[in-house]
Amino acid sequence: MSSRIGYIAFNTFREAVRDRVLYNLIAFALLLSATALLVGQVSIDIERLVVVNLGLTAVSLFGVLIAIFIGIGLVSKEIDKRTLYTVLSRPVRRWEFVVGKFFGLTGTLVVNTFFMAVGVFVALLSVAHRFEKMDVPVLAAVYFIVLQFFVVCALALLFSSFSTPLMAAVFTFALFVIGNLSQDLRGFAKTVPGVSGWLANAIAYLVPDFSALNVIGQAAHGDPIPGRLILFNTVYALLYSAVAISGAVLIFQRRNLK
Amino acid sequence: MSAIEIIDLEKSYLVGFWRKRPKLALRPLRLTIEEGEVFGFLGPNGAGKTTTLKLLMGLVFPTGGTARILGMDMDDPRVKSQIGFLPEQPYFYDHLSARELLNYYGQLSGMPARSRSARVEEMLKRVGLSDAAGVELRKFSKGMLQRVGLAQAVLHDPKLVFLDEPMSGLDPMGRREVRDLIQQLRSEGKTVFFSTHILSDAEALCDRVGVIQNGELRGVGAVAELTSQSQGKIEIIFHAQKVPAGLTALGAEARVSGDMVNAVLPDAQQDAALDLLRREHIRLISLAPVRRSLEEYYLQKLQPAENRKGAVV
Repeated sequence: MSSRIGYIAFNTFREAVRDRVLYNLIAFALLLSATALLVGQVSIDIERLVVVNLGLTAVSLFGVLIAIFIGIGLVSKEIDKRTLYTVLSRPVRRWEFVVGKFFGLTGTLVVNTFFMAVGVFVALLSVAHRFEKMDVPVLAAVYFIVLQFFVVCALALLFSSFSTPLMAAVFTFALFVIGNLSQDLRGFAKTVPGVSGWLANAIAYLVPDFSALNVIGQAAHGDPIPGRLILFNTVYALLYSAVAISGAVLIFQRRNLK
Repeated sequence: MSAIEIIDLEKSYLVGFWRKRPKLALRPLRLTIEEGEVFGFLGPNGAGKTTTLKLLMGLVFPTGGTARILGMDMDDPRVKSQIGFLPEQPYFYDHLSARELLNYYGQLSGMPARSRSARVEEMLKRVGLSDAAGVELRKFSKGMLQRVGLAQAVLHDPKLVFLDEPMSGLDPMGRREVRDLIQQLRSEGKTVFFSTHILSDAEALCDRVGVIQNGELRGVGAVAELTSQSQGKIEIIFHAQKVPAGLTALGAEARVSGDMVNAVLPDAQQDAALDLLRREHIRLISLAPVRRSLEEYYLQKLQPAENRKGAVV
């Protein structure tokens, strides 16, 4: 990996970490974990279920919001503010810039998720007083959430490479919602005959399968997450992200920076 | 070897919503800048100066032609390590300090870690920002940002420096500092290509200038030659309360300012005018041929519609 990608990634990380908006979102997520704790305490016998469900949903939702809102501005903000001019006038290739930006944001999200997940585990510890074997799937669920962030970041970058930040946010969020319903879409495709069914099936396979990356329910019940699923989801998320980033690079390579 | 060789570089954009049509931003441009030269690219706003710089920086892609920079093709990645660029009204990462920003750019330029820190401090000192080196850039004034911009442009000791409107938005002291920096670059043997519409700066700094208007190069010339061309007139200044009778008859245009008279007349009348002053026992202060200013050259090269705007002296 080019060292320039590392420098750009670190600078992106540093900029994001120093942005106060990020802390507001993390504070909201931790607040939601605390709320989960309160709700858990009044939910007799299902405290753990409520804490994991609400806590991880908060981590996922706020992480996706951060991924979208920072992701769409990663490149467009640099063009608008012309910070990109002084970067690209150096021996930096455009693809290195896009890839560096992607790693910077995903790195930021990994660190954020770590802190938000710590919040969830603290909440979990306070209702159960100790960690158990059934808490291991929660770690897998957190890992899958991070994989979701990778895909969302890549999509935000892709859409922002050819559209306005607002449209890029709309497209990315729409794909996130549709991707969470992709299993339902596949089920629907089987019930519809002809071209419509084929089309629904194609869309279901084309959109990112976020539903497969969502195992919060299973983790909340303490159901084990199969190793094969972890491997499959890892490969799937990385490949999907790589394709989206490649698309962003291809578009950005040809773009005139007016 | 030429520092920059622009060969029919051309740029057009597609405009219109439904029926796209090409709009020329830069007509085929042919221009050569020699090594060690300070070249001023003059023109009113929207003339094509920034487009040319963006093309050379690879920020926009040409629709025709090419350029060679320091003997290499403009697309050659090696070019970038030998050039520095200051964009117009530069803006940098808000949350970084000037020191962090320069360090980041040094990393991207491939400067070795050992020499980088020392060079960053040297540049901060050179542009007078040592005291504010740790302050976040969002707290910087426009003038301070411009200084950071200049520092980043020359940080990696490039052979060729492109400056887009480097004096724009600066107070007189800031302009003076930029002038000094450009002169220092010249003394170090660097090639400087800068765009401006401030003619006095161009006249003071440039070896040669090019005038561009509506995306078309109107003329190129050496400043020394352009401003040394005699207009066929002389200017005489002498002590007097009023214009002596007889001077007007020699075709002089004179004006009285306090106890001095400034008169411009055809150079063929020089001896006659001096004889007249001697006869009247008037003390002569100066006599000099009237030379063309860069402003006159600039206005002459621009089309009449543009003559009324864009020129700031």
